[in-house]
Amino acid sequence: MRKILLECLIQPPVTEPAPPADESALAELAGQVDTAARGRLGRSLAIRHVDAGSCNGCELEIHALNNSFYDIERFGIRFVASPRHADVLLVTGPVTKNMREALARTYDAIPNPKWVVAVGGCALDGGCFAGSYAVVGGVSEVVPVDLHIPGCPPSPTDILKGLLALLQHLTTKMGAS
Amino acid sequence: MPALIDVILEGRRVDAHRPWPRAVVDAEVWRFAVDQLAEGHWSLLALWGETAAVHMALLDEGVGDIGVVSLECPDNKFPSVGQRHPPAIRLERAIRDLFGLEPEGATDTRPWLDHGHWGLRYPLGSKPTVPAENFSYDFLTAEGESLHQIPVGPVHAGTIEPGHFRFTATGETVVRLEERLGYTHKGIEGLMTGASLDRATKLAGRTSGDSTVAYALAFARAVEAAFGVEVPQRAIWLRALMAEVERLANHFGDIGGICNDAAFALMHAHCGILRELVLRTADSAFGHRLMMDRVIPGGLATDIAMDGADQLRVLVEKIRHRFPALVTLYDNTTSLQDRTVGTGIVTPALARKFAAGGYVGRASGRLFDARRALGYAPYGELTFEVPVREEGDVDARVWIRIHEIEQSLSMVEQILDRLPGGAVYTALNTKGLGTAREGMALVEGFRGDILAWVRIGEDNKVARCHLRDPSWLQWPLIEAAIEDNIVADFPLCNKSFNCSYSGHDL
Ligand code: SF4
Repeated sequence: MRKILLECLIQPPVTEPAPPADESALAELAGQVDTAARGRLGRSLAIRHVDAGSCNGCELEIHALNNSFYDIERFGIRFVASPRHADVLLVTGPVTKNMREALARTYDAIPNPKWVVAVGGCALDGGCFAGSYAVVGGVSEVVPVDLHIPGCPPSPTDILKGLLALLQHLTTKMGAS
Repeated sequence: MPALIDVILEGRRVDAHRPWPRAVVDAEVWRFAVDQLAEGHWSLLALWGETAAVHMALLDEGVGDIGVVSLECPDNKFPSVGQRHPPAIRLERAIRDLFGLEPEGATDTRPWLDHGHWGLRYPLGSKPTVPAENFSYDFLTAEGESLHQIPVGPVHAGTIEPGHFRFTATGETVVRLEERLGYTHKGIEGLMTGASLDRATKLAGRTSGDSTVAYALAFARAVEAAFGVEVPQRAIWLRALMAEVERLANHFGDIGGICNDAAFALMHAHCGILRELVLRTADSAFGHRLMMDRVIPGGLATDIAMDGADQLRVLVEKIRHRFPALVTLYDNTTSLQDRTVGTGIVTPALARKFAAGGYVGRASGRLFDARRALGYAPYGELTFEVPVREEGDVDARVWIRIHEIEQSLSMVEQILDRLPGGAVYTALNTKGLGTAREGMALVEGFRGDILAWVRIGEDNKVARCHLRDPSWLQWPLIEAAIEDNIVADFPLCNKSFNCSYSGHDL
C-alpha cells in the first residue's frame, strides 16, 4: 500500500480542469429559479439523488462524478445520504408509477429552499419509456423541475456543467441580494 | 435420465423457432419437465408468459442442450413450476401480474412487480382489469424472542437503484432478509410488443444500462436467429470486443465499489480511474462511453474509429501496468480481507439449483459461462479460461472478477490481432414469410447470462419479446447469503452481487 500511496504523492493528479458552466443551462435557470432566500448556501450544494426507475445508465455517469478525473467535491458539491441534508434533488429515470410516491416523499422531506435537477432523456419526458402503462413520464409530472440535463445518459462533463451552472447562478443571485 | 430432446419430441415442434427447438407440450409433459428441474437434472433458464401461453427455457448443463417447452393456457392457468422448483417463484408471480395467468398450486400468491399503482391489473393479458381497491403486501414473518425489523428503501442512502429490503434481526445478526422489487418496472415487454426492430433494439439496450452491449447483442442475435441471417465476420468480432470492454468497465467499478463498502477508499479511487479510462477509450473507439446503440440486428451501427484499435492497445497496456499492484493491495490488506472472507456465503448447491450465472455462480462452483458453454462466435476461436471458485463468499466474487479482468484483457488483444476486414452490417431479409418467426439467444454479460427471446410478426414488428436478466436467478440468493451475517455487512454483500434492479424489474 505504501508504494501506491507514495506514487500518488509524486504523480501529478489526474483531476482535470473544470469545464465551463453550461451556457444554455444558465439561461434556463435564470428563467426558472426563484431568487429569494439563498444567501446561506454559499458555494456549497448538497445533493440527494433519487432513481425514479432509470435503466441505471444515468447512475453510472453520476457515479463517475466522484472519480478522480471529475472530483466533484472540489466545487463544494457533494452527495448526501438523507434528503433532510440536501439542497438539490437529482432525479433520473422516467418516473415509474411504482416510484412516484417515493419520489414525491423524498422531495417533501427536503427543506426549503430546494431545487430539482432532472438528469437524462427519461427524466425529461419518459424518453423511450414514455407511453407505458407503468410510467408517469417525466419528473416534472411529479415535482417541479428547475433544471434539466439532457443526454442518454449525459456524460459526467455534461452533468458537471449543469450543476456548476446551478451553483454559479445561485452564487450570483446571492451576491446581488 | 431423459434427454431434453425427448421431452421436446413429445410435443408439437414449432418450426420457426431458432436456433434451439421449441415444442408445445401438454400439462403432463410440462409437469414432467418441472420434476426434472426439481430433481436437479436440468436448469431453469427462463420462464415467461404471453396472453394465453407460458414458456419455459431449459438447459441440460451436462451436455449443453437447450430447449423451450410451451404450454397453452386456454383457461388462464398453468401448473406451478415454483411449487416444486423455488427459483421459478418470482418469475411466476411476475407472469401473473403481467398476464393474469394463474400458477396452479403456487405457494406464494402475492404479487411481485405489481404494486397496485398501474391503474389496471394484468396489463399485458388478454383481459386487463381494474385493480383491486385496497392493495396490500404482507411481508413474510419471523418468529422468536427480541427480533426487530429494519425496513430499507426503496430510496437508499447512495446513488443506487431503488428496491426495498426488509431485515429481521436479533441484535446485529440478520435472521431474515426479504427483498421487495419492482420499483423500476417500466413495462418494457409491453413497449416491445408492436415495436419496430429499431425501436425494440433501443429498448433492449436500455433494459439495464450497465449491460447495454450485452443486452443489445442478446436481442440482435435472437432477431438474427429468427431471420436466419449471417452477420459479417468483422461485426461479430467487434461485438465481442465491445462486450469485453463493457465487462472490464463494470468489473473495475464493482471491485472498487465492494472495497469502498468495506471502507477501503484507496481501492475505490484507483479502480475508479481504471474504469474511467475504459469508458473514455470506449467513447473514442465506438462513439459512446457505454457503447449504447452500437450493436443492432444485422451487425453494428458504426465501425470502430480509425485509431480505435491503437487506443484499445494503449488502454490494455495501462491496465496491465497498474492493475497488478491493486490486486496485491487487495490480497495483502488484512483489514479488508477481514470483511470479505467468509461474508455472504452462497453454497454451491444453491448456486446450482438457481442456475446462478456470472461471478455469483462461478464463485460458488458453478462452471457455466455462455461464452464457453455455447461457444458462440467468436469465442469458440479465442483462448480464455473460465475462473471458478468454491468458497462462495464476497472474497470469491471479487477474485472471480479479478481473473475475468485478466481474461478480458487477453481477449481484447486477441480480437485486435485477428480483427477481420469488411463490412459491419448486413440488411435483414424482411420479405414476409407468411408466418411469424422466433429466435432466441443467450449472451454472457458481465453479471451473467442474459436470455433474449423474440417473435417477429409478418409485419416485421416485434410480436413478443422477453428479456431475462441474470439477476432474476441471483437476487433470491442474497436473501440466503446474508442470513446470520451482520446488518452492517449487507451493503458489502449486496455490492458483491451487484444485481440489476432495472434488468429484473423490466
Ligand atoms: S436517459 Fe438513457 S441512460 Fe438515462 S435512464 Fe434513461 S435510458 Fe437510461
